[in-house]
Amino acid sequence: MSILVNQNTRLICQGITGKAGQFHTQQCIAYGTKVVGGVTPGKGGTTVEGVPVFDTVIEAVEKTGADATMIFVPPAFTADAILEAADAGIRTIVAITEGVPVLDMVRVDDVIRRSSSRLIGPNCPGVITPEECKIGIMPGYIHRRGPIGVISRSGTLTYEAVWQLSGLGLGQSTCVGLGGDPIVGTSFIDLLRLYEEDPATEGVLMIGEIGGSAEEEAARFISDHFSKPVAAFIAGRTAPPGKRMGHAGAIISGGKGTAAEKIAALEKAGIVVAESPADMGAAMQRATRR
Amino acid sequence: MKIHEYQAKQILSEAGVAVPRGIVADTPTAVANAFHELGGKLAVIKAQIHAGGRGKGTIKENPQQHGVQLVRTTEDARRIASNILGHTLVTIQTGPEGQVVHRVLVEQGCEIARELYLGIVVDRATAGPVLIASSQGGMEIEKVAAESPELIFREPFSPDAGLHSYQVRKLAQRLGLSGPSVRSAEKFMRSLCRVFVERDCSLVEINPLVVTSGGELIALDAKMNFDDNALFRHPELTGLRDLAEEEPAEIRAGEEGLSYVKLDGNIGCLVNGAGLAMSTMDLIKLHGGEPANFLDVGGGANVHQVTEAFRILLDDRNVRAVLVNIFGGIMRCTTIAEAILAAYKSVGLDLPLVVRLEGTEVEEGRRILASSGVDIITASDLTDAAKRVVAAAL
Repeated sequence: MSILVNQNTRLICQGITGKAGQFHTQQCIAYGTKVVGGVTPGKGGTTVEGVPVFDTVIEAVEKTGADATMIFVPPAFTADAILEAADAGIRTIVAITEGVPVLDMVRVDDVIRRSSSRLIGPNCPGVITPEECKIGIMPGYIHRRGPIGVISRSGTLTYEAVWQLSGLGLGQSTCVGLGGDPIVGTSFIDLLRLYEEDPATEGVLMIGEIGGSAEEEAARFISDHFSKPVAAFIAGRTAPPGKRMGHAGAIISGGKGTAAEKIAALEKAGIVVAESPADMGAAMQRATRR
Repeated sequence: MKIHEYQAKQILSEAGVAVPRGIVADTPTAVANAFHELGGKLAVIKAQIHAGGRGKGTIKENPQQHGVQLVRTTEDARRIASNILGHTLVTIQTGPEGQVVHRVLVEQGCEIARELYLGIVVDRATAGPVLIASSQGGMEIEKVAAESPELIFREPFSPDAGLHSYQVRKLAQRLGLSGPSVRSAEKFMRSLCRVFVERDCSLVEINPLVVTSGGELIALDAKMNFDDNALFRHPELTGLRDLAEEEPAEIRAGEEGLSYVKLDGNIGCLVNGAGLAMSTMDLIKLHGGEPANFLDVGGGANVHQVTEAFRILLDDRNVRAVLVNIFGGIMRCTTIAEAILAAYKSVGLDLPLVVRLEGTEVEEGRRILASSGVDIITASDLTDAAKRVVAAAL
């Protein structure tokens, strides 16, 4: 078991004929993901990495039975690509693209909320259920199958955490990168609900960062509704207010969204918080042994 | 992207939001002429820099002079203008180094009955724009929010429908507006919300929003920031960027596709990924050091970008040691190792360099560095890397 994706997931790639889309399609196939096709308007009828390319998502769904998509189209077209996937009934939409305008995401979020689709991202590394299905740009080989769910707002920091977990013999059930933008399709809480129901997940590692209040909300949810051990790390303890640290969402504004506030909320909820980024795997180990 | 007050007011005025009559000027003579043109009785001279706190801020060379001042005669206008123009204004937001003032806005004074606050941001919680209003205008809104949250009112709105009339009536009542002010508020608030969406703003702030003795609402100050990710569809805004207001190293980094933020410490950091870059800063601090910067080279940096990253790092005179922390995912450690060596040679790095590599092709990457003959301190893990670079920077 796992959440969101597994060996039966049938994936397409929107933007498959672009450089990044093609490269990562190939990487996902190599990992063992069932990639059944791709979409690029105007390139229908061609083949990329051995899979058929379609002009529209609905055509891809009708002909391949796809139920998941990873989106690599340029930022100006990402909102449209997400809406097209939702309209075609794709269950899991993973938007990798970085640099999507915030107001585009406001409009997308409004539609996605009323649809049966789940959006992960944008500006995220993707989702992986180790040894079953990799959707996105994370290096597959660092992952191991196991009992830990990983949720993160960042990319390479997630790889770091997974690397530490695997090194300690703590495999992962499913790892999800939420994305670094102010508005993303899926929150910590959305995934905690799924992990709570997933028998394969025995504990969760949450990796947050400064900005917003998603970690505080997750902490409240955990103390009220989550029964499994949780460890966490918050990046950006030393970031100065008002400066955006790479991610559009990683900014302390008006004194809100500081690491200190987030850590206090997490600790109050009984979560083991790693002091150092070198200590994320060990914190998870401590949490599971408590 | 940030713009100046006078630019924001120009955009607002075109969108139907009331602003005072004003003229932007860059010499004392132009200021005197502007004063005359605005009626020659009463005007406000406002230094144009991006940072806030200008009214309380002072000129470095002449601490009696503030960044915003009322003038009543042409001579005064000329004198105040020469006190401010070309001089450095230090405010709570500029830091002690301050910011040179190149232009002032000369504005007609108005009779102020009340001062309110209006702001618009995209709220993560409601996943949409929200209009924030307060009866406590002219104060720092964060302070009001902390001390008297009951005086802050929030109305979320949809980017496509805009702010509804009933929301204006509701806010008007809460703010204690009546009669003609309600009609004025309707036009003001709805136009403000519309311009926020039309221009892809990330922040619009009117503080204070003035209610005149005649009951009209006027934007006495205006702050407008834009979503950098949406600038591609606003060619009309690109000319408004003022590079003189930005950190030169951050501009250079931006041009190279790097994300760089200058800080005050002495340990330069070069990392891939924003989260890992932030954590690397945290780790340095945890082990007693001070990071000189945040620098994310991104997921797919090439040799040229990494070389430029080194140049930007080393231009900072405070840097005493450098930490390279790379978790190779899609990016191979061999690529990074080669880039480090190329950069090392072309930049002529003579400071201690600590390198921590992990991930794809790490063994080969480490071998390339070890056999290069270049003096590199190799770290075995994150903690080791932080300890070594902190020691090297002492």
